[in-house]
Amino acid sequence: MNNDTVQPLVCLHDITKSYRRGAQIVPVLAGISFDIGAGEFLALMGPSGSGKSTLLNLIAGIDQPDSGELLVDGVNIGTLSEVELADWRAGNVGFIFQFYNLMPVLTAFENVELPLLLSSLSRAERRDHVEAVLDLVGLQDRAEHYPNELSGGQQQRVAIARALVSDPNLIVADEPTGDLDRESAEGILTLMQTLNRELHKTIIMVTHDARAAAYAHAIMHLEKGELSAREEVADGTKSAL
Amino acid sequence: MHLLKLISRNALRHKLRTSLTVLGLVVAVLAFGLLQTVVGAWYAKAEAAKANRLITRNAISLVFSMPLAYRQKIRAIEGVKQVSLANWVGSIYKEPKNFFAQFAVDDAYFDAYPEYVMSEQQKHDYLHDRKGCIVGRRLAETYGFKVGDSLAMRGAIYPGDWNFVIRAIYDGAEKNTDTAQMFFHWDYLNETVKIRYLRRLDQVGVYIVVAADSDNSARIALDVDKLFKNSAAETLTETEKAFQLGFISMSATIVEGVRLISYLVIFIIMAVMANTIAMTVRERTSEYATLKALGFGPAFVGALIYGESLVIALTGGVLGILLTFPVAAGFASQLGKFFPVFQVSLATVQLQVVCAVVVGLAAAVVPARHAGRSRIVDGLRSIA
Repeated sequence: MNNDTVQPLVCLHDITKSYRRGAQIVPVLAGISFDIGAGEFLALMGPSGSGKSTLLNLIAGIDQPDSGELLVDGVNIGTLSEVELADWRAGNVGFIFQFYNLMPVLTAFENVELPLLLSSLSRAERRDHVEAVLDLVGLQDRAEHYPNELSGGQQQRVAIARALVSDPNLIVADEPTGDLDRESAEGILTLMQTLNRELHKTIIMVTHDARAAAYAHAIMHLEKGELSAREEVADGTKSAL
Repeated sequence: MHLLKLISRNALRHKLRTSLTVLGLVVAVLAFGLLQTVVGAWYAKAEAAKANRLITRNAISLVFSMPLAYRQKIRAIEGVKQVSLANWVGSIYKEPKNFFAQFAVDDAYFDAYPEYVMSEQQKHDYLHDRKGCIVGRRLAETYGFKVGDSLAMRGAIYPGDWNFVIRAIYDGAEKNTDTAQMFFHWDYLNETVKIRYLRRLDQVGVYIVVAADSDNSARIALDVDKLFKNSAAETLTETEKAFQLGFISMSATIVEGVRLISYLVIFIIMAVMANTIAMTVRERTSEYATLKALGFGPAFVGALIYGESLVIALTGGVLGILLTFPVAAGFASQLGKFFPVFQVSLATVQLQVVCAVVVGLAAAVVPARHAGRSRIVDGLRSIA
């Protein structure tokens, strides 16, 4: 996918972010500017401490930049209050975490249903939505299973279903295959690729794994809080690890 | 519904930890209830006092008596409906450890204390037997007394052997009526005193003055004391409640100590509970962060934490309250001699509920505030 030909979903302009460690201020992102097109599958790569997770957190609206402008689907999320940001996340962002972050006391069905509790959908509508996404990730027969009764790959599929259920435009994934074996990782990445291609979800994925990044349209390299390179991946060239 | 589901399932996640915390709460709420009941038992007599009953005693001390002649003079005071009299006897039944209150009283006494309820036949039998006596239901149950039994006592204040026949057993008209006392004829005491210790003849321990209207009690008390001012036995007249509280004030430090300990127990369990909830919340930091990332606000996370804390505290509280009744009954049967009225009051149960709720809420304050305020990115980084 060519970034210049599509409408950008995410626009970052001169974003800076630093953390305080004791009396010391540690800069993490130093004036980053770039766009991510709608429907793009972007991989963020870089060494530890390069700022890729911080960048993902800012785009997902779970952290705020120190300065700069961050527009997602036309909304300047840097200006939203905490409550507004929570509402915005509920309707616009799906999260996939490295360790799945499922609620251990809820079944797969209930975990997927969680984001819909913030919507105005009826119970029957919620059930329809949850069943549809569980079917999409191939776990309709595991709906009543608790996370500890599922394999790592299955848990991550539940997490993907949870990210999808509220039909957000943007899905952020932080090392989604970091805790999985190769076979499970391949399944998850293929599923994410399908979501991107068929459902046109914009996906931003942080990964250390070059083979996982190869599933994306483009790979953005970060180093010491700055963009060092953007690498386009030939469409569909990598389909297996 | 989902909130309740999450709360209840979270509460049962660490069954051993939750069970031990609930057990701690059960013991604390039970101990609190029992200690409050002990305090209540101390005040039971004062609580049972009637506003229209006044007690007149020797102004110097209860140890000193008053002449029998005072009865008619007090009776003549305007607004006095009735005057009765009583002497504390303090005899021993078999062994000194078998302590119970005994009073020599006149026949009008039971009109002054209508809360001592007995059958007309038994009362009649008592009134017509000079050596007859009346015992309370609890006393009868404690020592297996039955109507018609002989009762041999060994005098302490009035030395010598005292023999009675139980003619009646009275019940309490109210829950807090003391039914662990024994009454017998003041005339029997006085006639025996006449033979054995003449100088103590016609001497009365206390007068029970019943006002026709309780609004006049204060004025009547002043009139009685004024009447005997500058006499050989000046009087001190006070309401029955004040008279009973006077006894309690002698042991006020102990009572307050017991009360303080009861609250200390609750404070300790509150600290234990707060530690448990803090530990639980720390373990679930990443879960709360995930919920917040998904769009749930700090209020939802707070509700989860407060809810779980309340569920645990109320479970322990309810079990503790339910256990208080049988345990208090067991205490009452063992300590009936010291606490004639030992009943768990509604106020105690209400206090137990309040304590359980306060423990549940207080234990969650700091963890809930911390979880609500913590940054999502920090929470997601934490490892349980």
